Amino acid sequence: MSLIATSGLELRHAGQVILHDVNFSIHAGEIVTIVGPNGSGKSSFLRALVGAMPVARGSVTRKSGLRIGYVPQRLQIDATLPLTVRRFLNLPKRQSEATVHKALTRAGVDALADRQMTALSGGQFQRVLLARALLNDPHILILDEATQGLDQPGAAAFYARIEEVRRDLGCAVLMVSHDLHVVMAASDRVICLNGHVCCEGTPKVVADAPEYRALFGTGTQGTLALYRHDHDHGHDHHHHHDHD
Amino acid sequence: MLDDFVVRAALAGLGVALAAAPLGCFVVWRRMAYFGDATSHAALLGVALALALELPIFAGVLIVALSMALVVSALAERHVSTDALLGVLAHAALAFGLVSLSFLPGRAVDLSVYLFGEILAVTRADLALIWGGACVVVGLLAWRWQALLTATLNPDLAHAAGGNPRREQLVLTLTLAIVVAVAIKVVGALLIAALLIIPAAAARPLARTPEWMAIWAVILGAGAALGGLQLSFLFDTPTGPSIVSLAAVFFVTTTALAALRR
Repeated sequence: MSLIATSGLELRHAGQVILHDVNFSIHAGEIVTIVGPNGSGKSSFLRALVGAMPVARGSVTRKSGLRIGYVPQRLQIDATLPLTVRRFLNLPKRQSEATVHKALTRAGVDALADRQMTALSGGQFQRVLLARALLNDPHILILDEATQGLDQPGAAAFYARIEEVRRDLGCAVLMVSHDLHVVMAASDRVICLNGHVCCEGTPKVVADAPEYRALFGTGTQGTLALYRHDHDHGHDHHHHHDHD
Repeated sequence: MLDDFVVRAALAGLGVALAAAPLGCFVVWRRMAYFGDATSHAALLGVALALALELPIFAGVLIVALSMALVVSALAERHVSTDALLGVLAHAALAFGLVSLSFLPGRAVDLSVYLFGEILAVTRADLALIWGGACVVVGLLAWRWQALLTATLNPDLAHAAGGNPRREQLVLTLTLAIVVAVAIKVVGALLIAALLIIPAAAARPLARTPEWMAIWAVILGAGAALGGLQLSFLFDTPTGPSIVSLAAVFFVTTTALAALRR
């Protein structure tokens, strides 16, 4: 049974249809990546899945008792709000010290518990968000452009961490990303959105699809092949980043 | 003890500080300063309504402040709430309130009472309202505290955790209307928003967690209320503005200390 599924999903913003006829499902342990140009409805789609956006038509079905770990696209913390990392992880539910420590360790930021959220670097901040998403041992991690604002090594390290987390927890991962090469290589399935699902399938199928090429061009083809090659052989594909 | 008007004034100031400070933290964190302005300025319309219909002032102010707060938060939700629009609402509410008070037949209303408050004329009944209102406000905020903080950080996070940020917004809207209704007698419509924002802002450099910021805001707000009352006796100055002035001095002091420490 799928963790989350949508059927004929339509989303509107200010009366305008931004996404229509989306049939989607994700299963336990799967890594699915959503790509698409800006304004293609990717973030709205994730927000609808977590229940933060109303469904205009169709349906969203979540497996009952599903635990979601959500990392939003943008989290602006006002400088007037004093908040330590530890306190942040205790929202909205109080957690035991051990749980907080475990989540921070998994995300690789266990030394930061007493730091102020507003004093963190971009990479540290994203990892703390990841730690927060891991608190409740999620069945599925939903990441909305989690590496936005990170440099390439930072993004690569972040994805490596996610892979690790998935291995340890066995959770599904659904992410929106612009880092096409890395993400596509690491994904079981890629969905290309542009107001609707233009194409989907394995990274290779999507990369070869004319709809995808029309959106992203063919320029990435070479590097993509390189990464896929790497991935097949089980190497760490992230160190190829500087080849871009 | 309650027979002494100074004691009643002090208790009134403390009650308002207790309610305004933690709510003020959310006003600051959520950047809702204009929200506070619009709602508290609308209090004058509430006074006019109460006088015209011979309702208790508290009831009239509560009704109008709540309506205004609901309108503003509905606008904010639809994202049409530009700074300008909120500014228009805040000042229009004030102007319409002043105009409507001048229409009241039969008696000349002493405007300064409603604009700047009249803390030295607080009665026992006023005290009961102020402390009753403060308890409701603090109780609501304490009850919803975790959910309010989460929704303040990011509404989507709240949704993903099964929360309902809209309900939390409603809690803030309701508590704001109550604070305005109990504070108008103490500091007047013009300075209610100051009592919300300044103690909270002054508390910011002293705190590492949201809870401590709220506690410090209460301490500083209470200190400003008591100190301002005393100063107004010493120098024969208007009480409400003296309280706010002292709070502003606290703000400058804590901010400067924080800057020096850095």
